[in-house]
Amino acid sequence: MKLLPCSAAKTSSPAVQSNVEDELEMATVRHRPEALELLEAQSKFTKKELQILYRGFKNECPSGVVNEETFKEIYSQFFPQGDSTTYAHFLFNAFDTDHNGAVSFEDFIKGLSILLRGTVQEKLNWAFNLYDINKDGYITKEEMLDIMKAIYDMMGKCTYPVLKEDAPRQHVETFFQKMDKNKDGVVTIDEFIESCQKDENIMRSMQLFENVI
Amino acid sequence: MAAGVAAWLPFARAAAIGWMPVANCPMPLAPADKSKRQDELIVLNVSGRRFQTWRTTLERYPDTLLGSTEKEFFFNEDTKEYFFDRDPEVFRCVLNFYRTGKLHYPRYECISAYDDELAFYGILPEIIGDCCYEEYKDRKRENAERLMDDNDSENNQESMPSLSFRQTMWRAFENPHTSTLALVFYYVTGFFIAVSVITNVVETVPCGTVPGSKELPCGERYSVAFFCLDTACVMIFTVEYLLRLFAAPSRYRFIRSVMSIIDVVAIMPYYIGLVMTNNEDVSGAFVTLRVFRVFRIFKFSRHSQGLRILGYTLKSCASELGFLLFSLTMAIIIFATVMFYAEKGSSASKFTSIPASFWYTIVTMTTLGYGDMVPKTIAGKIFGSICSLSGVLVIALPVPVIVSNFSRIYHQNQRADKRRAQKKARLARIRVAKTGSSNAYLHSKRNGLLTEALELMGTPEEEHMGKTTSLIESQHHHLLHCLEKTTGLSYLVDDPLLSVRTSTIKNHEFIDEQMFEQNCMESSMQNYPSTRSPSLSSHPGLTTTCCSRRSKKTTHLPNSNLPATRLRSMQELSTIHIQGSEQPSLTTSRSSLNLKADDGLRPNCKTSQITTAIISIPTPPALTPEGESRPAPASPGPNTNIPSIASNVVKVSAL
Repeated sequence: MKLLPCSAAKTSSPAVQSNVEDELEMATVRHRPEALELLEAQSKFTKKELQILYRGFKNECPSGVVNEETFKEIYSQFFPQGDSTTYAHFLFNAFDTDHNGAVSFEDFIKGLSILLRGTVQEKLNWAFNLYDINKDGYITKEEMLDIMKAIYDMMGKCTYPVLKEDAPRQHVETFFQKMDKNKDGVVTIDEFIESCQKDENIMRSMQLFENVI
Repeated sequence: MAAGVAAWLPFARAAAIGWMPVANCPMPLAPADKSKRQDELIVLNVSGRRFQTWRTTLERYPDTLLGSTEKEFFFNEDTKEYFFDRDPEVFRCVLNFYRTGKLHYPRYECISAYDDELAFYGILPEIIGDCCYEEYKDRKRENAERLMDDNDSENNQESMPSLSFRQTMWRAFENPHTSTLALVFYYVTGFFIAVSVITNVVETVPCGTVPGSKELPCGERYSVAFFCLDTACVMIFTVEYLLRLFAAPSRYRFIRSVMSIIDVVAIMPYYIGLVMTNNEDVSGAFVTLRVFRVFRIFKFSRHSQGLRILGYTLKSCASELGFLLFSLTMAIIIFATVMFYAEKGSSASKFTSIPASFWYTIVTMTTLGYGDMVPKTIAGKIFGSICSLSGVLVIALPVPVIVSNFSRIYHQNQRADKRRAQKKARLARIRVAKTGSSNAYLHSKRNGLLTEALELMGTPEEEHMGKTTSLIESQHHHLLHCLEKTTGLSYLVDDPLLSVRTSTIKNHEFIDEQMFEQNCMESSMQNYPSTRSPSLSSHPGLTTTCCSRRSKKTTHLPNSNLPATRLRSMQELSTIHIQGSEQPSLTTSRSSLNLKADDGLRPNCKTSQITTAIISIPTPPALTPEGESRPAPASPGPNTNIPSIASNVVKVSAL
């Protein structure tokens, strides 16, 4: 990637920069993604698809990165009735693989590549990663409860039937009964993948969004 | 949904994969992207200036001219571009609206020209962005006022026939310029107010001596004349007050208003005086009452706009004035105390007490310096000089501040009120947009059901029901539908005319049994004379996805008839869907599944998700299979001719 004589931060090798430049970087966060060819090689999208994706991305985030606030705002536009901030928070963490507080276009493409063009195994892996909030390799009931509450929050208040207080908990119980094979109270990645592969519905719905782009 | 955010819809849909492992039932099918053409650039030629944009950009707003097929009317075959014979400057703003989702109003543009252009392109001005909305509204209001003034001056001499006598009178009082009579009345009252005030003043002037007695004020010398003048004025004022009271649209409010209180206070002393002349003891109080006659001068404020504005600004600056008063009081007390103790030593000092020193402090601080009290001791003089110096500061500084405060606060009040009104409007707009999008989803759900059913039937009836939503909207609705499926809840819209309640009975809750049975009964009793039903009933293999692996025994009546074909009654149709999923724990709960087993209407599906769609449509016939389409069941064959039906339908197959 060419060095640009402006304050644009580079994606790679931040360690090279001095402290002054770090401050500059924090003041005006600009980000230019890797070259199109590189992204095309790294992801499973074609050039045209990457172009369309980037145009949309850049429109909403001219600075090149999405921070959590913007992310939550964007996501909440799709769910006007409910409160999607918690789920957006979890999603953000799932996309922000290097945990630097911002989702760049590369992170975005990486995630989307898995979700839209990945194998079922990869997708399930991604879902597991989403549910595993502290990324320790196990999904506990508390983590699942948080995720479940976040999903139910997105529906909002005006639903039919009216959301019961323990509905998320019940749902979590159901989930654990299905997934937790050895009944040790946590779901590991293998249990998860195995249980999902046995469930036809889940398998089928994983394929649902193939043609999104 | 904002246009720019539409670009993120693919991301939101992809992220929905996160719900899949959690969901207990299969997801609806995604809307197919029928138009798979590549995004192309289109050229818009506006009076010679060419603009280019992507086709999808324009299609973000399908109910405007550029976003719909209406623009085809402007397509120029020879040059393969769209030609509009309109203003290119405004078109720039319009096109930016498509690009960014925000409509701006350029300040240099004439308001009516801009409105015309917006109307041409089918864009509502209400969606102007907040940055330009104030400006737009201001200009619009000015324009409207100008138009109204023009109209008024045209209609000036036209009398309004429908006003009652009382209303005319009130109008005459409030607006002296409406008729000559009102003008006359206005001037007469003004004259009498002036006469009354001058009489009050002249009354007290000493008027030359009557031989044999000391000098008298005019009031006592010509008391009869003055009394007559006073009576005349009070007569006029009383009549005026009574007339106003009669004409006021809201008498109670009129009585409470400031002006009427002033009126009452102005004439009361006279009447009280009439009543009390015989009693000498209270004549002292009577004299005091005459002081109130000076309030008649405030009646002038009806005649002067400036007085009214002054009163209003004083009212609104009350806190500033109060603070000034408070700080002054503090300073006065401090200095008075100091001066008292400084002058305590000197003999024959006038500073007899602290309150007595107040007078000195005030006179000194306001740089009046009457000289009736002066300090004699050295300390007194020192503190006295400090007092007068600080007085200059304390008094002189706040005055300009208060004056500028007046104008600032006055203008601010105006602006704050404006902003408050706009904020309410803005919030209302946001609310409407939000409910609009969720209502759009629910309506499209209903429309989607109807459209699909219509498509199934292949009958072209009720084509207008199948109003197509844009692809983006249908994708958004599909996303919301997936969420509904994941959580087992559904969005509720409170529309008395149209209640679409699609509820998924989760495995651990169930609908009221009676309602359920009633639904079953209804559905079973409905006669479906469609050609489809025989095929379905004969076909043993219609199953849901889950049950596709199971033995395909259809149960009787309700099931086979349930593939909704035609409504017998226009009022209600219930379709009962039973979807399946692997939920071994379901049998533990008293789910409708068990209910089915009990009443024998339903076989025991190992899985049980029951969706009851109750659609009441007060309109002529419509078809109502559930709009969701599940992945096609495994069994082909008789399903081919009705692929969608099969997926929509109730399949309750046996175990």
